[in-house]
Amino acid sequence: MNHSADRSQSTYLTGFVLAVLLTAIPFALVWGGLLVGPAVYAVIAVAAVLQVIVHLVFFLHIDLKSTPVENLFFLVFAAVLIFIMVGGSLWIMMDLHHRMQ
Amino acid sequence: MLGRLTIEALPFYSWVAMGGAAVTVGGGIAVFLLITWLRAWKVLWTDWLTSVDHKKIGIMYVVLALVMLVRGFVDALMMRAQQAFSLNTEGYLPPEHFEQIFSSHGTIMIFFVAMPFLTGLINIIVPQQIGARDVAFPFLNSVSLWMTAAGAGLVLISLVVGKFSQAGWTGYPPYSGVEYSPGVGVDYWLWALITSGVGSTLSGINFIVTIVKNRCPGMTFMRMPMFTWTSLCASILIAFAFPALTVVAGQLMLDRTLGFHFFTNGDGGNMMMFANLLWIWGHPEVYILVLPAFGIFSEVVATFSRKRLFGYTSLVYATACIALLSFTVWLHHFFTMGSSADVNAIFGIATMIIAVPTGVKIFDWLFTMYKGRIEFHPSMVYTIGFMVTFVIGGVTGVLLAIPPADYLMHNSTFLVAHFHNMLIPGALFGYFAGLNYWFPKALGFKLDTKWGIRSFWCWIIGFYLAFMPLYVLGFKGMSRRMEHYADPSWQPYLIVAGIGALFVLCGIACIAIQLYVSAKTWGSARDITGDPWNGRTLEWATSSPPAAYNFAVLPEVTDIDAFHDMKILGQAYQTPQHYEDIVMPKNTWVGLALGALAFGLGFAFVWHIWWLVALCFVLSLVCVAIRASDDNSDFVLPAAEVARIERERLAEISPADLHDMRDFVPRGVASGAPLTGTV
Ligand code: HEM
Ligand SMILES: [Cu+2]
Repeated sequence: MNHSADRSQSTYLTGFVLAVLLTAIPFALVWGGLLVGPAVYAVIAVAAVLQVIVHLVFFLHIDLKSTPVENLFFLVFAAVLIFIMVGGSLWIMMDLHHRMQ
Repeated sequence: MLGRLTIEALPFYSWVAMGGAAVTVGGGIAVFLLITWLRAWKVLWTDWLTSVDHKKIGIMYVVLALVMLVRGFVDALMMRAQQAFSLNTEGYLPPEHFEQIFSSHGTIMIFFVAMPFLTGLINIIVPQQIGARDVAFPFLNSVSLWMTAAGAGLVLISLVVGKFSQAGWTGYPPYSGVEYSPGVGVDYWLWALITSGVGSTLSGINFIVTIVKNRCPGMTFMRMPMFTWTSLCASILIAFAFPALTVVAGQLMLDRTLGFHFFTNGDGGNMMMFANLLWIWGHPEVYILVLPAFGIFSEVVATFSRKRLFGYTSLVYATACIALLSFTVWLHHFFTMGSSADVNAIFGIATMIIAVPTGVKIFDWLFTMYKGRIEFHPSMVYTIGFMVTFVIGGVTGVLLAIPPADYLMHNSTFLVAHFHNMLIPGALFGYFAGLNYWFPKALGFKLDTKWGIRSFWCWIIGFYLAFMPLYVLGFKGMSRRMEHYADPSWQPYLIVAGIGALFVLCGIACIAIQLYVSAKTWGSARDITGDPWNGRTLEWATSSPPAAYNFAVLPEVTDIDAFHDMKILGQAYQTPQHYEDIVMPKNTWVGLALGALAFGLGFAFVWHIWWLVALCFVLSLVCVAIRASDDNSDFVLPAAEVARIERERLAEISPADLHDMRDFVPRGVASGAPLTGTV
């Protein structure tokens, strides 16, 4: 009992540090003007995706072995939906942008 | 001190607006006096407002929906009256008032009639159908209810203090931006959407967890009743689609209140993104509204055809397909925004594909009725009316899904006819069927059938009269949202549509009379067994109304239609070996307080009363902290008390009350003798 409490505390701490880092990086880049152009967007996007994974792994304790299948199912479903929504929106907006040139 | 709230906000500028305000305030005062006269404040507070019991929360949701249906319908009636007469005249409504009315009508019907109605029915029934004692998070359920009520409150108060949005129920910028709509109307609309949207999202999550985690032993996914399945799929849609609405409403709020530029004309804003995000929510939303109704139709058809549901598995897969596909078609709401032919074609084809699983369902229901012993209970009659009428709406929908055709018909009354053709039979008739079907379960007595049938006839005749002319008018070129018009050939159609609205008015009156008559003859229509229709699913195994814990002993399930099997095998209404203590959640005022604070927060934001915003926000945090540090939120109902309640219930049931199940026992094909040991 105590042992597992210790362990989960340390994972929360690791997760917290990683989450802060992944938040600080994009802010620093934009505020400090360290990067310009499309590269900024790429870094921000990667940091955001990693942030999601950090939350899932360190705060919600999701892993491929011990998490019940139905929870994993919902996660995969969420990923598919996010792909449809974000991908679809990008496609639609790019297409409109292109036609307004 | 009061932001932009001044005495000018009161509606002394127009007789019609003052009338609306007077009815709203008068209605509020009348309810207050009635409760005081009945000395019901204490009961109301302890048994209802602070309750976390899913059945009571469900009933309150349905009451909210019915009240708002009346309000939304008054708007519809006013629009129909305006258009029936406004040929070449201003009619009795000035344009800015007419605009508020169609905006509030659409907003109310979607967010505060359809959403609470279906959430209420899911709340009352789903836990019982899966053999559970409550939803997964009873307190959260109460928060959801009061958040939804707060949103409804904001729409209602906009009639008295200030004005409502004039930008339609979709509120597209730039018209809904500060530049063109500087008043408070759009802010009321936004905050009503945000608060009720939070409530809906929480409900969706709550139902998903309940259905995935709280099913009774033996109830695998493929043994869940159809209504539970459709509720699960609708809840998944809620949980994934509503965040898009909350985000887009939040962005427009930031644009309007803090000078952001998400959707403005200049400064890098892009208003097309608003349409995109709104409909990422909006299309799944229409399936959120119809899927639970499909579930209700499935239950009703099986019960009143006295047959097992035809094609259960295909219905499950059709529901799941619809749920997934509904996320892939949103662009059909803005074909005309200027996407290339490729984009339009792909979304058009995806839209047409959804008609396939929907068609599968219609055939499954028809085959369930085939060779059944159909009983024309009001809920069954609503179901048949739905099947006939919904198909017409489906056909016009496939027509609109063809992009070149949509270029001609978009924004016309053809579209208005199409979506009412989906929503009135497909959603509202389903909820009315559910109301007639489950009313005895919720309140312990049956609804009068005579007035139920009358309400059906008024609604269906009214529907056809009110909306078929709009299809024709669409072809004749009439745009939607017109305050007056100059083409005399339109007027006859608009007059017929107005008469249709009067029939619908009679339909609503019939429902009111039905409720009144049934309440008066309460004793004679009491449901003693808890199973008035010889039902098939587990919700009929509990008493009517169910005890707070639903099931004294959790049932065990071996097949779909679990309760039907129990009755055949003689396992229903048995006294168990022993009872156990049951842990129940205590009532709490925190949900109600959070709802009230959300209302205050929204109101303060609308009028820019910043100190009140801060105050409501801080108090909300305090409420959450109080709740989170409360380690004493449950109580134990002792086994002896459970035993007493159950004994009283069983003692009341005499064998003569029970349904004769002999006809339902499967028989050998050759011998005709009952097969023993089978179900
Ligand atoms: C009860 C009978 C009803 C009648 C007579 C009615 C009538 C109308 C009318 C006259 C309009 C305006 C059409 C126009 O723009 O020219 C309208 C719009 C609308 N109605 Fe209904 N309606 C009814 C029920 C419903 C229901 C049940 C729902 C949804 C569940 C609904 C949702 C809407 C929406 C979303 C709009 C669009 C509002 C806008 O233009 O922004 N209506 N209705
Ligand atoms: Cu759609």
